[in-house]
Amino acid sequence: MYPIIHTSVLAPTITRLVVRAPYIARKRKAGNFVMVRVDDHGERIPLTLADSDPEGGTITLIIQAVGKTTRLLCSKNAGEFLLDVVGPLGTPTPIGLHGTVVCIGGGVGTAELYPIARALKEGGNTIRTIIGARSRDLVILEEEMRACSDDVFITTDDGSYGRKGFVTDQLRDFLAGPAPVHAVYAIGPLPMMKAVASVTRPSGIATLVSLNTIMVDGTGMCGGCRVTVGGQMRFACVDGPEFDAHQVDFDELMMRNRTYLEFERTADERLHRCRLTGEVRSA
Amino acid sequence: MTRLNPLKPSERMKLLRQLPLEQDPVERAHNFDEVSQGFDIERTTVEAARCLECKEPLCTAGCPVGVDIRAFIQLVLQKDYVGAVNKIREANYLPAICGRVCPQETQCEEVCVLGKKLTPVAIGKLERFVADFEMKHNLFAVPAIAGRRAERVAVVGSGPAGLTCAAELAKMGYGVSIFEALHAVGGVLRYGIPEFRLPKEILDVETERIKALGVEITTNFVVGRTATVDEMLGEWGFSAVFLATGAGTPTFMGIPGESLSGVYSANEFLTRVNLMGAYRFPEYDTPVRLGKRVAVIGGGNTAMDAVRTSRRIGAEKACLVYRRSRQEMPAREEEIHHAEEEGIEFLLLTAPTRILGDAGNCVTGMECQRMTLGEPDESGRRRAVAVEGSEFILEVETVIEAIGQKPNPIVQATTPGLGTGKRGVVSVDERQATSRPGVFAGGDLARGGATVILAMRDGKRAAAEIADWLQSR
Repeated sequence: MYPIIHTSVLAPTITRLVVRAPYIARKRKAGNFVMVRVDDHGERIPLTLADSDPEGGTITLIIQAVGKTTRLLCSKNAGEFLLDVVGPLGTPTPIGLHGTVVCIGGGVGTAELYPIARALKEGGNTIRTIIGARSRDLVILEEEMRACSDDVFITTDDGSYGRKGFVTDQLRDFLAGPAPVHAVYAIGPLPMMKAVASVTRPSGIATLVSLNTIMVDGTGMCGGCRVTVGGQMRFACVDGPEFDAHQVDFDELMMRNRTYLEFERTADERLHRCRLTGEVRSA
Repeated sequence: MTRLNPLKPSERMKLLRQLPLEQDPVERAHNFDEVSQGFDIERTTVEAARCLECKEPLCTAGCPVGVDIRAFIQLVLQKDYVGAVNKIREANYLPAICGRVCPQETQCEEVCVLGKKLTPVAIGKLERFVADFEMKHNLFAVPAIAGRRAERVAVVGSGPAGLTCAAELAKMGYGVSIFEALHAVGGVLRYGIPEFRLPKEILDVETERIKALGVEITTNFVVGRTATVDEMLGEWGFSAVFLATGAGTPTFMGIPGESLSGVYSANEFLTRVNLMGAYRFPEYDTPVRLGKRVAVIGGGNTAMDAVRTSRRIGAEKACLVYRRSRQEMPAREEEIHHAEEEGIEFLLLTAPTRILGDAGNCVTGMECQRMTLGEPDESGRRRAVAVEGSEFILEVETVIEAIGQKPNPIVQATTPGLGTGKRGVVSVDERQATSRPGVFAGGDLARGGATVILAMRDGKRAAAEIADWLQSR
């Protein structure tokens, strides 16, 4: 059992959980994720490690409520437990000295971007950050990102904060500007990462993305997370989750990620029904 | 050697091999209850009486872990079932599991003298009976543990190799900790073998008995990630490590259409059902997407498990697509027979060439090719050769690939100096020792895909070798 030490709401549907998991906290590196199972009937879902405190023995998870399991996670309070947390999984981000790195976070993807941007900054890179969100209230970790970036730009779809538009609008401006860009990290919804890849493709700037895929075990056993990268089948859980954006078949992955949509709706409706009784329960 | 059986050998040979009680095929094709109910006490008594009590029993030599089969059958004859199971346990700590999933027909029973002219003694079913008897009547007693030793050994993986190694080392007095990556114990016994062949309750009881020896089990711990092998040997204070992480990484055929929704590796499909309870969605959160028509590719035990599972969770038509003939199938005869009884269609001498999908990325069919058998290949099996122009479309909504697994790469990739061989298996010598001092390996990790009992043999041998190695330092 993994006790929840602290929770905080970052945005209307986005919650931060600080969970006690000392072994994972000691070993976490930027780019790692964990598999989490909330309760005995629960599914295993991958969640990126946003942060960790090796001395305090805690890890930080930032979760957006989009389905049953994430909704349950977001409803948890300090003092409650997660049944299973395993990790740190995935190949950590290679932290090289690139020069100027543009770090792009879309929505809750900013939580996954944060440890990478911080590690890249500590590695001596100049970090130019773009945070994108649908609207102002969904912009998360702005302060944290400012602390590890040389400059931060914000775009919102509705213009309620920062520039009205998409992260790619800001990225195009960077690329057209006088300062060189040596690498791009983009983490967010698949359409956003695909759009970033097409913006940087003509100039060939190294572009890395972190993929969210279907996963059961997270350790290379199921193959549910298979993605086509450069024409080869790769497993996101062990070969990734980060890949060269210019090589990823995003369209295929977007289709694959729709496999369980109907099931997700059924599970979510069940959760809602129980909510009518006043309590959030899994069944 | 006193013979305990009152019957003369000629009388024993007149007794017919007893058949186990089995659930009706039509009924069982829709439930997850165990197919074989094993023997009742009457069948057990008759079957045990068939044993000729050979002076030099071949059966023990045919058993990978060397169970004293004659001795346990004599105890069965005396109705000392607890004595019998304890006799087995001296050589094999998982009798209730082996009595169910061991391929006895190619091991102890294959060499049974009675089998030369008649049918062999049903050793596996007798083993199962005594193990179940002990379990049912709660008669397990923890075996004697040798004097406590100072050294601690880490066992990586809680499948058959890891559990066996842990049990043997614990009996010798060593402190043993098992580290399991998943949230539940058992490895392939948990995520791979379905409930209808090996009930999870049996696995849970056997696991408790390993814990009763003082073995600690930590789940949710991925060696290589949560801690490396070097850290286990260093700051964690273990004197030796036994690696038994199995062969859990699926292989895919590499044909077009494998990314479509509705294509699974057998591992993913079985893990969803067995480990995550997907057949009880939405009571359990993990779904499995299964069409009315399912094709499983392969001819091994995993293919049989996948196709029989798909039938049980609602496939109206479940077929097996195998490129050779029935004779070359690597699956156990009993499993093939059970699959046939349950209405599984066998498309033999057939190989898939591509998987077809619709605009929504969902599987609509699989193009296959007829095959014919040519000359034997390096495995000794006749090579399957495609028949030109024989392509046809099999209409299915789900495709499950069960064409083999290879070792998970995490431990190898994170342990410097650990020698590996073909397909990522960890190289070991005849002592199960790897290229790293103090690091031993066995089971499918070192074999690349074999049976539960061979994994257990490796675990047992490794335990003895680890003890030798620790004492010789």
